[in-house]
Amino acid sequence: MTRKKRRLILIAACGSVLALALGLILYAMSGSIVFFRSPSDIAQQGIAPGTRLRLGGLVKDGSVKRGPDQIVDFAVTDTNATVEVQYKGLLPDLFREGQGVVTEGVLEPGGRFRADTVLAKHDESYMPREVADALKAQGRWQEGGSNKGGAAPKPATASADGTLGPRSER
Amino acid sequence: MIVETGHFALALALAISLVQMVMPIWAARTGDPALRQTASQAALGAFACVLFAFAALTWAHVTSDFSVQNVVENSHTQKPLIYKISGVWGNHEGSMLLWVLILTLFGACVAVAKNSVPPRLRASTLGVQGLITFVFLLFIITTSNPFSRVIPAPVEGNDLNPLLQDVGLAIHPPLLYVGYVGFSISFAFAVAALIDGRIDAVWARAVRPWTLTAWCFLTLGIAMGSYWAYYELGWGGWWFWDPVENASLMPWIAGTALLHSTVVMEKRDALKVWTVLLAILTFSLSLIGTFLVRSGVITSVHSFATDPTRGVFILAILVLFIGGSLTLFAWRAPLLRQGGLFAPISREGSLVLNNLFLVAACATVLVGTLYPLLLEMLTGEKITVGPPFFNSTFVPLAIPLLLIVPFGQALAWKRGDVLAAAQRLFAALAVALVVGFAVLALTWGGPVMAPVGIGLGAYLLIGSALEVVSRARGYGASRARSLGQIGRRAVGLPRSAWGTALAHAGVGVVVLGIAAQGWATEGLATLKPGQSLATGPYVATLDSVGPRQGPNYEEAAASLTIRTRSGDEVGHVDTGKRFYPSRKMAVTESGLLTIGASQVYASLGEMSQDGGVGLRLYYKPLVLLIWLGAVVMAVGGGLSLTDRRMRVGVPAKAKARPLPAAVPAE
Repeated sequence: MTRKKRRLILIAACGSVLALALGLILYAMSGSIVFFRSPSDIAQQGIAPGTRLRLGGLVKDGSVKRGPDQIVDFAVTDTNATVEVQYKGLLPDLFREGQGVVTEGVLEPGGRFRADTVLAKHDESYMPREVADALKAQGRWQEGGSNKGGAAPKPATASADGTLGPRSER
Repeated sequence: MIVETGHFALALALAISLVQMVMPIWAARTGDPALRQTASQAALGAFACVLFAFAALTWAHVTSDFSVQNVVENSHTQKPLIYKISGVWGNHEGSMLLWVLILTLFGACVAVAKNSVPPRLRASTLGVQGLITFVFLLFIITTSNPFSRVIPAPVEGNDLNPLLQDVGLAIHPPLLYVGYVGFSISFAFAVAALIDGRIDAVWARAVRPWTLTAWCFLTLGIAMGSYWAYYELGWGGWWFWDPVENASLMPWIAGTALLHSTVVMEKRDALKVWTVLLAILTFSLSLIGTFLVRSGVITSVHSFATDPTRGVFILAILVLFIGGSLTLFAWRAPLLRQGGLFAPISREGSLVLNNLFLVAACATVLVGTLYPLLLEMLTGEKITVGPPFFNSTFVPLAIPLLLIVPFGQALAWKRGDVLAAAQRLFAALAVALVVGFAVLALTWGGPVMAPVGIGLGAYLLIGSALEVVSRARGYGASRARSLGQIGRRAVGLPRSAWGTALAHAGVGVVVLGIAAQGWATEGLATLKPGQSLATGPYVATLDSVGPRQGPNYEEAAASLTIRTRSGDEVGHVDTGKRFYPSRKMAVTESGLLTIGASQVYASLGEMSQDGGVGLRLYYKPLVLLIWLGAVVMAVGGGLSLTDRRMRVGVPAKAKARPLPAAVPAE
């Protein structure tokens, strides 16, 4: 086997594995990216029902209603617009009225957001960065409250159907 | 006083690291071996100084010295001693100090590793390490000084984040950092080789034990972090594909590739340029990880340490080391002599393919981690790239990679025979297929990927066993016949052979554990005492729920009895929701019941007005195999490390034979 031939085979192998990786990335990008939207975005942009997205804002004061079977209704607001959210499952420890929250799920035809994931951070002075930015865009947010954490705090997560668990083998 | 002395020791270490960096360059110019030796002494000195600084900070934490800002922010007089100690690295400043402590520890180890590193390579390596130490110490002293004082001192501290008050998190960062930082040695070796313009099998032998050590610790660190997230966060998952997790996974994948390419280099003198590049990339990914976690750029829901000055400083470090080393690589790599030839179908060939798949998998993780940041920077659009992205990119690349593992082992160096290898692996392939199909048939209608995973895991396990057996049996004329003979020869195999087999078997165990999660189940209900909730093969009955007082928290605790569906009692689980008044923070304490390698996992929700409590119950079949497999991998790596060939890297010159004593003439 000559050096030239060996190099050709090596380049072909590299090329095909990299092409495979690129193809997988592009395929995954087209299907599994979730956009972040604030309640105002939803009010203004006319998002098609059924689109999976992340909705972030403040949990509206007085909006949390607990139903049977761990169903919770609450409203997420950025003080300009408000979206009703329904979620079934255990809420993260830091979920509270007036706190920043990020929920992931789909918008229903009626305009209600059905969340299967609610995220909040384990820190009392915490405001999710997306939420803070969205509120800033509305002019409703002042800087303040620093975040001090330790080594790599992970997200406090609740998931209604375990979608956040490992799905690689399902 | 001790605090000031610690601060001074840190400054002194900065000065010493400058000496450690400059002396080898000077020595290279003058060719003075005595001057070269100063690099080793400087490395030891820098380690001693940083160790003292670290001890001083630990002292401040243990004695609750609230005149120190760092102690105020992260400690509390009532905190148990172990968390006072782990609180030292449970924050940004202290963890960076730990980072540098481990960096200088590795430097000191290289300095005293007398017979495994050639003197010139050692001096250059320590010089590069000196530069890394210098830059990181500068970072700590200018932007993240852990010794800042508060005047007047408050009476009480803010306490450590309750989530971090856990044994898992007391040992997780040190393990992880030994892994992360250990790759700095491989990096320093690579840069030193590029500067010298010389690289050979001796280099590969010298660098391999360090890479392997770092890899073992990183494996344990990642597994520990994953297990901590699993039992502490109460969400029942063990991997989230979160940027912080990816930050540790990427150097691990690259390090795995590096480990395998160094083997090729040592054995066959091939893949030199590639190995050097991988060593640079691996440490670069460690640095990118540090940047992602420490700078606050992450879009993730738990970014912290949001301080732009630090972010810019760490970004400058990234540019300096990654940009600098890659420039050096582009300039010097063409000078490195080309290595040996091999056929595409050979052990080397399979290791190249393994490297390709690992690097491709690493690249997809990198894209998934950085793409959201990049997109937000360019367009302002905020996106999340979650588990679905990684599952549909990483898994398809991991499967062929795992298929290659036993196959590559069965191929001969230089020129292999696919057919012979396939014959040797026939048993593994057959068993894997039978197991896979049997599981598929038994669980028909269930998940499809899980039986594939089980088959793959079985294939890896049997493949590793076959590898040991066929090595013990030997080849050609020296082939052993009887079982006893094979057994005796298996015992006599080099430890590195056992280590490799064990590490590969560990991968198989991890794959089995992951695959079994396809059958995990969960239940959710609001329960009152006496009521039950079933999931998988088990039923949990709520016995009692009520308040309880802990040392620095109040807890709503629930006690559950777990029975099988047929009513046999299996055990008890306690789970609770703790409230830490000093931080006004609630934390869910999950309850675990281990049954074999499987677990029943309970986590508590809110208490309702009428005395009911929200309960989530998971059944996690064989979940412990995930972390057990990682431990097996690390043990395999450790076993390889004890192999004599690892310790004696440099072929020692034959000792001058003493002249036979003159035989007196009779």
